[in-house]
Amino acid sequence: MHKRQFITALVAVGSAALASAFPVSSAIADALADITSSKTIRIAVPQDFPPFGSVGPDMKPRGYDIDVATLVAEKLGVKLSMVPVTSANRVAYLQTNKVDLVISSLGKNPERAAVIDFSIAYAPYFSGVFAPKDVAIATVADLSGKVVGVTRGSIEDLELSKLVPEGVTIKRYEDNNGNISAFLSGQVVAVVTGNVVAAAILDKNPPRKPELKFLIKDSPCYVGMNKNEPALMAKINEIIAEAKKSGALNAISEKWLHQPLDKNL
Amino acid sequence: MTYNFDFGWLLVYYPQILHGIAITIELIVVAAVVGIAVGICCAWVRALGPAWLKPPVTAYVELIRNTPFLIQLFFIYFGLPPLGLRLSELEAANLAMVVNLGAYSCEIIRAGIQATPKGQFEAGASLAMTPFETFRHVVLVPALQRIWPALSSQVIIVMLGSAVVSQIAAQDLSFATNFIQSRTFRAFEAYFFSTVLYLVLAILLRWVLARLGRIIFPRTVAR
Repeated sequence: MHKRQFITALVAVGSAALASAFPVSSAIADALADITSSKTIRIAVPQDFPPFGSVGPDMKPRGYDIDVATLVAEKLGVKLSMVPVTSANRVAYLQTNKVDLVISSLGKNPERAAVIDFSIAYAPYFSGVFAPKDVAIATVADLSGKVVGVTRGSIEDLELSKLVPEGVTIKRYEDNNGNISAFLSGQVVAVVTGNVVAAAILDKNPPRKPELKFLIKDSPCYVGMNKNEPALMAKINEIIAEAKKSGALNAISEKWLHQPLDKNL
Repeated sequence: MTYNFDFGWLLVYYPQILHGIAITIELIVVAAVVGIAVGICCAWVRALGPAWLKPPVTAYVELIRNTPFLIQLFFIYFGLPPLGLRLSELEAANLAMVVNLGAYSCEIIRAGIQATPKGQFEAGASLAMTPFETFRHVVLVPALQRIWPALSSQVIIVMLGSAVVSQIAAQDLSFATNFIQSRTFRAFEAYFFSTVLYLVLAILLRWVLARLGRIIFPRTVAR
């Protein structure tokens, strides 16, 4: 670990500990009013997790989360101030009030729900069975007699091994690249992987295009915010709901994940 | 040391290990038999064969001996399907090992052939044998006997090298080990156990090859 990273981590851990010792949420009257009066919203975004957030060739941040953050700021009519975070420190940034929102491919779990609140889902994040269009697979039973590729030891490997029926040949490859290569060269009919990996394959525009057949594990992304902020929560949910209806969010999904947004999200 | 050794997973995963050992043995038997046959043909070409056949055989031998086995394996498994030749992981692993051992054994056997005293070729010719008959009846067996220890070592090297076929999901002994490691996180025990198994396999293989040598070459020849 680099020294700077270490210090950042130390500060993050320390501030998280402080934040849990002295809850700051009750001290803030209304985050939405603060944002409107300061005319700036501070949003934590990833910078090392493509396609959600990365640094583009022009050295500017780009990705799904960046676009959603831009959209939120636009709808609020305020200036956007992006704060780059890592997956380890993003919740601490929120708790210590360094940011107003976390839009950083944040999934929901009970530990996080105890300290922060979540909006409605704004991005899909799931593991599923992917295969080309002409392969007829709709349920796990349809995998019978087929050859399926997976990355050994991954969450998909563990989930798939639990639920596959008899007669499925699972080929476990050493890493994502082996799994992807096996799919692209036709050594396996279907791959079980994350939608982000599938998007990375589609990015290369290969002749065999992975298409989602069914879900193995679903854990969509939510906007994180501090607890007891009903006004901000209502506003953000309204913006996301509207973006879903208007197709703005679908356009972002098509752009970064190369797939239309799931209607049920 | 606070590490608690745990070999309990053996009771659960032994079918995978047995299957892995079977695959590894299958791979090396096919590779050894076919690979040495390829090696003999290529060695004949390089030592005594017609001039027009030499360049392609030399190209094959040099290409294989100067590129990594893993790359050859990936080329066959991932690279050939777009060209229309799709092999299963086991076929690809077998082919890669045969091609690899073929090239290496060619050079070893060629050395044995070229060490044959000139007088033996002349003896064959004086008995009205064709060059091919001389090769088959007079030259080949003593040549193989000369280089048998070197050839045995090469077979064992290829057997140990077969560990990388787990990279294309062929379920050999290494694959079984990696699989168990990723399920139980018992890295030390899993790799320790497979190290012992590979050692035993290598020693057994050396013994089998030595016995085979005594059966094929019952007489000692002048060196």
